[in-house]
Amino acid sequence: MTILAIYVAIFIGGFFAVKYITASARPNDYTSLKTVTFGDESAVRPNRAASIISIVTIFLLWASFTGSNLIPSFLHAPAPFTGTGVFTYTVDVGGKTDEGTVTVNVHEADGDATVPEVAPGDGFAKNDSVSIVKYRSKLLRVDANDEVGRDDGAQIVAVNGKPIAPGGEVMTDFARVAMTPKGTLNIEPKTGWQMQPLYLPPPEKVASRLVEISSTGFRNSTLWEHLGYSLFRVIVGFLIGAAVGIPLGYAMGLSNWFRGWFDPVVEFMRPVPPLALIPLVIIWAGIGEVGKIVLLFLAALWIMAIAARSGVSGVNITKVHAAYSLGASKWQIMRHVIIPNSLPEIFTGARVAMGVCWGTVVAAELVAAEKGAGMMIMVASKFQNTDIVLMGIILIGVIGFSIDVLMRWAERLLVPWKGRS
Amino acid sequence: MSGLTIENISMRFDLPNGGSVQALKDVTLELKPGELMSVLGPSGCGKTTLLNIVAGFLAPTEGRIAMNGHTVQGPDAERGMVFQQGALFEWMNVRENVAFGPRMKGEREAQYGANVDHLLDVVGLGDFKDKAIYELSGGMQQRVALARCLANDPDVILMDEPLGALDALTREKMQSLVLKLWKETGKTIILITHSVEEALLLGERLLVMAPRPGRIHKEYRLPFADLGVDQDLREVKKHPDYNKTREEILAMIWDMEEEIMGRTEESA
Repeated sequence: MTILAIYVAIFIGGFFAVKYITASARPNDYTSLKTVTFGDESAVRPNRAASIISIVTIFLLWASFTGSNLIPSFLHAPAPFTGTGVFTYTVDVGGKTDEGTVTVNVHEADGDATVPEVAPGDGFAKNDSVSIVKYRSKLLRVDANDEVGRDDGAQIVAVNGKPIAPGGEVMTDFARVAMTPKGTLNIEPKTGWQMQPLYLPPPEKVASRLVEISSTGFRNSTLWEHLGYSLFRVIVGFLIGAAVGIPLGYAMGLSNWFRGWFDPVVEFMRPVPPLALIPLVIIWAGIGEVGKIVLLFLAALWIMAIAARSGVSGVNITKVHAAYSLGASKWQIMRHVIIPNSLPEIFTGARVAMGVCWGTVVAAELVAAEKGAGMMIMVASKFQNTDIVLMGIILIGVIGFSIDVLMRWAERLLVPWKGRS
Repeated sequence: MSGLTIENISMRFDLPNGGSVQALKDVTLELKPGELMSVLGPSGCGKTTLLNIVAGFLAPTEGRIAMNGHTVQGPDAERGMVFQQGALFEWMNVRENVAFGPRMKGEREAQYGANVDHLLDVVGLGDFKDKAIYELSGGMQQRVALARCLANDPDVILMDEPLGALDALTREKMQSLVLKLWKETGKTIILITHSVEEALLLGERLLVMAPRPGRIHKEYRLPFADLGVDQDLREVKKHPDYNKTREEILAMIWDMEEEIMGRTEESA
């Protein structure tokens, strides 16, 4: 909730700040002179300042709520308490009271876990000490070392001077001290607002994991092998799918018999998510490379077939008529009219297919694989290596995005007429 | 026998709902080489169907089309076609579009190159050879389509409202260009149009068709096309017969449209 509130605050604050700063430097191009921008999609252009602030905000929130040392500590969300804290407790034995202290050493999981030595002090309530790992709590029977114990009628009535009863609690400056129904104190040092590394490791930890795994590898394979295997499967599966799907789509677009024969198959297979085929493919082909490639082939096949089919059906009949009356043969119509005319559709299909394949390969590797990006994050999650999981997710996202950028670049290069006729 | 002969063409096809449409009935025509005939008629009179039959894209249910003595069986390079729009190949530049026909015949650059460049100059696109199609305006695109058709050297050019999508000014310029090309190349041209003015200005012969079933209603022989070759088209429009014929044809088509409306109201 707090994080969301901060995020929204930065969103709104950034808007006004950028508006104020750039108010004087208004560009004078055509679009910025438009007065109607609400409803005119062409007048809406992404504000690059907003993009930058957005990314910085995500990293800042991540760093702040994980206590990252990449940012100055005043930006950190309140950290969990570590170090030594002391509180007093008051024991009542038949009207007579005495105070003892409890010294608590709250330490990092791999930090100094020694229990502080304290002098027993005077009176019948003796001083106690305890050592607790950060984010954990501990039950402490403070009367165990006292001269008069719980069995002799001793009762803890106050903590730091504030009255406490079984079931009640007292907030001290560093911890919440609660009393169980039987009278034992439960010490919970303050956890602050930061996320535990188990849930969300700080950015630098993810980065150092990236460096570590890219140099030493993970599970007997280097990082590049894991990612390379995933990419290899996607590319091979996609290429085979395209090699079969595109001719199939052309045939469906050009022949009644092919259209009638394959329409039910394609229309049935198209809405089946490739993920639903994983179990079947594993039964048929095992968890090795063949199974993965068969799965990705199936994922790409229908998309490419449908793209090629609609590329053929989308050809303006006047183009075909024009080519025939210019003396072109059937084969020349295919080569010079139908294929080039269907390329934009095929590229759109290829972009979708690559996206689906990349998602499918990761999912398939999550289920079963010896190598691959999905396998890496799956195994890491079993060992609670959240930093590796995060690193894997980020790399998967970066690769998926790069694939799309590459496809768009190729599209601009190869079919510059797309959407402009 | 040279030229184009249209003999008793009828076209009747079934509709999915069980009915049938008589699109054309007993259309007979003869075009000598080098004639320019414009075809006019209310929508639904079958003029595009007729053109598609002559081009070979549709088979008539009765009758035959003969071209230089042989029966037309399908589309052929001897009958070139210029469409209203959208018939250019966007994946080729202007020059490649114009050279399409010769290339399909297997000619080499050395054989067609000079002619293609010449035609591009004739239609005024000499400086736009390497441009992509989507970079051209509508009028320029139609000039490419004309040049592409001419590069193939067809005997007959079929034009299906080639100037229909252009603005009035561009249209006037293109009409002059069509006349100029017609005179220079001596091609036989059939031009379908919605515009009475265009039909009058460009048609050496003018055919008015009537709908339901599509048939020839009246044929004119006009002097304006010959006049327009040397004169400004606006001057031609001042010719005393021009306005008279125009009014006559407009009234004729108007009557046909009213008849159609009346018939639909009766059936409704």
